[in-house]
Amino acid sequence: MTDLVRIEKLSRVFDVSKPWLNRMIERLPRALLTAVSEVSFRVPERTVYALVGESGSGKSTIGRMVVGLLNPSDGHVEIEGVDLARETDPAKIEAVRSDIQMIFQDPFASLNPRWKVRDIIAEPVAVKGGDTTGLAEELLERVGLAAEDAGKFPHQFSGGQRQRICIARALASEPRLIVCDEPTSALDVSVQAQVLNLMSDLKDQFGLTYIFISHDLTVVRHMADTIGVLYLGRLVEETDPETLFQSPRHPYSQMLLAAAPKMDGFGREVEPPKGEIPDPINPPKGCAFHPRCPIATEICTRERPELRQVGTARVACHLADA
Amino acid sequence: MSETPVLRLTDLVVEIPTRTALLKPVDGVTLDIAAGEILGVVGESGAGKSMTGNAVIGLLDRPARIASGEIHLEGARIDNLDRDAMRRVRGKKIGMVFQDPLTSLNPLIPIGDQLVETMLEHLSLTRAEAEERAIAALEEVGIPAARERIGSYPHEFSGGMRQRVVIALALCAEPLLVIADEPTTALDVSVQAQIIALLKRLCRERGTAVMLVTHDMGVIAEAADRVAVMYAGRLAELGPVRDVISAPMHPYAHGLMASTPLASQGQARLHQIPGAMPRLGALPDGCAFHPRCPRAQERCRQDPTPGLEAGKGRAACWFPMDVSVPA
Repeated sequence: MTDLVRIEKLSRVFDVSKPWLNRMIERLPRALLTAVSEVSFRVPERTVYALVGESGSGKSTIGRMVVGLLNPSDGHVEIEGVDLARETDPAKIEAVRSDIQMIFQDPFASLNPRWKVRDIIAEPVAVKGGDTTGLAEELLERVGLAAEDAGKFPHQFSGGQRQRICIARALASEPRLIVCDEPTSALDVSVQAQVLNLMSDLKDQFGLTYIFISHDLTVVRHMADTIGVLYLGRLVEETDPETLFQSPRHPYSQMLLAAAPKMDGFGREVEPPKGEIPDPINPPKGCAFHPRCPIATEICTRERPELRQVGTARVACHLADA
Repeated sequence: MSETPVLRLTDLVVEIPTRTALLKPVDGVTLDIAAGEILGVVGESGAGKSMTGNAVIGLLDRPARIASGEIHLEGARIDNLDRDAMRRVRGKKIGMVFQDPLTSLNPLIPIGDQLVETMLEHLSLTRAEAEERAIAALEEVGIPAARERIGSYPHEFSGGMRQRVVIALALCAEPLLVIADEPTTALDVSVQAQIIALLKRLCRERGTAVMLVTHDMGVIAEAADRVAVMYAGRLAELGPVRDVISAPMHPYAHGLMASTPLASQGQARLHQIPGAMPRLGALPDGCAFHPRCPRAQERCRQDPTPGLEAGKGRAACWFPMDVSVPA
């Protein structure tokens, strides 16, 4: 299997400073928020790579850099061997761009309310001057809606149906890679099950590769071939779902798994995790997780652990062992 | 149970008159919650779970109104109180926690003052006493350095801390009942676990009854004692949490549990319930669930949605899951 996506040392820093005059008067330093920091991973063709983490972990920022909505501050994203942020040959950029699509979390905000469904779905093809006859109708049927729905407006659909329309739009340009940013978080469980099943089917039919961004480990378990757990902009653990759920190596992965409410956890009394995600503008020194880590030692407060191979997983923890 | 339950709903119906039809987002809900009990209310969007909670606290947005049925709080009827009387009940006897903590807090008033104001309104305390109790309340919900932070504004807290403030606010007048409407939906998993643990502890220590409205089956399993599953404004199933989650009797509850992804085992494919919940204006004849139900029989298409008594007092279904249906 060849790697469709290669991400090397990807970082993104946002300048969240106050305006310069305030900084002058109040003598404030510049405030830089490192949303993503030195993240490297690869996504082989026709697999699903899931990025999991809590708010502020940088998962959406990575997704936006992969599709090119944001430029990396450092490092690079290569898709089909082309680095979109650096490539200068317009023909190459064009060829790669049309292979990438994105599905967003909120199906209410990501569809133009004044456009008919037909125009929404055909837009990615129409914008390149392609032939769109019957395209929307065919795709609607592929995602489990009716061809007649092409003449309706987004408000005539429920949340789950709208997410299907978003999926149909993403499929229109025949992409190879779809970045899905929390595609089912706004949906009810029974609808979520429908959409997740649909996404698996489409992946097999069209030979798609997904980067699946989610905060919900149990959802990801069904979809992913590889899961990358993010904490404060860094990859802390990367492994296959079975290994992650059976024997999570990083204390943060362990904490996430223990804290997730379980259907069979009747009256479960868990020791809830301590603390919250620290301020990303002033992250803790050493391992960013050490203030909340139950097993942190002195070295964790000093040195930042690098990702290293532990068994079949890659783990960024000084104390993880096979 | 011989004791009077804290909350008792009897055949509650909420109506929304529209130009074309009379919608019933809550249609004949009967349930009770005992002191110290957490009742989970689950269902999909539009099932009527939040509407039920809002009816109890008397915060239905017009034109929605309670059409019939009764709400009793500790044996006293509260659904027919006038606005002023209801205001004294709300806050004093019923506390509320909503999904978005920012909308429940006044952004322009320090959190301490908001707590003090609530207590002065409902309890006979002096200002100094109220301030001391505000600090104690914040400490109880786990806000570090409560004495220093009492002058802070809501925006100075993180999402999880704000939700703690809201819980402190809901509990400061020592209510009998707390209605928690999706209290952890906007929060991260680790913070969610903290908030759920906090709610459970307060409920146990103070004997407060809690109505926990959520769509998260995992939260229900871990926190609730009993669970009510709602579908299209009606109770589909009501029973002890273990029974309803591990052996649901209503086909809808069964489908809902089966479509929830499990952490304990990976499945290649999730179970899915075909179709979607009908709109309130277009409820099918017969049982509201029959068009999506794999077990539907002739009777389900004709007779109106049954009450819970149809399925041994637990499931509103003519053919609950432990009864075999003719093929």
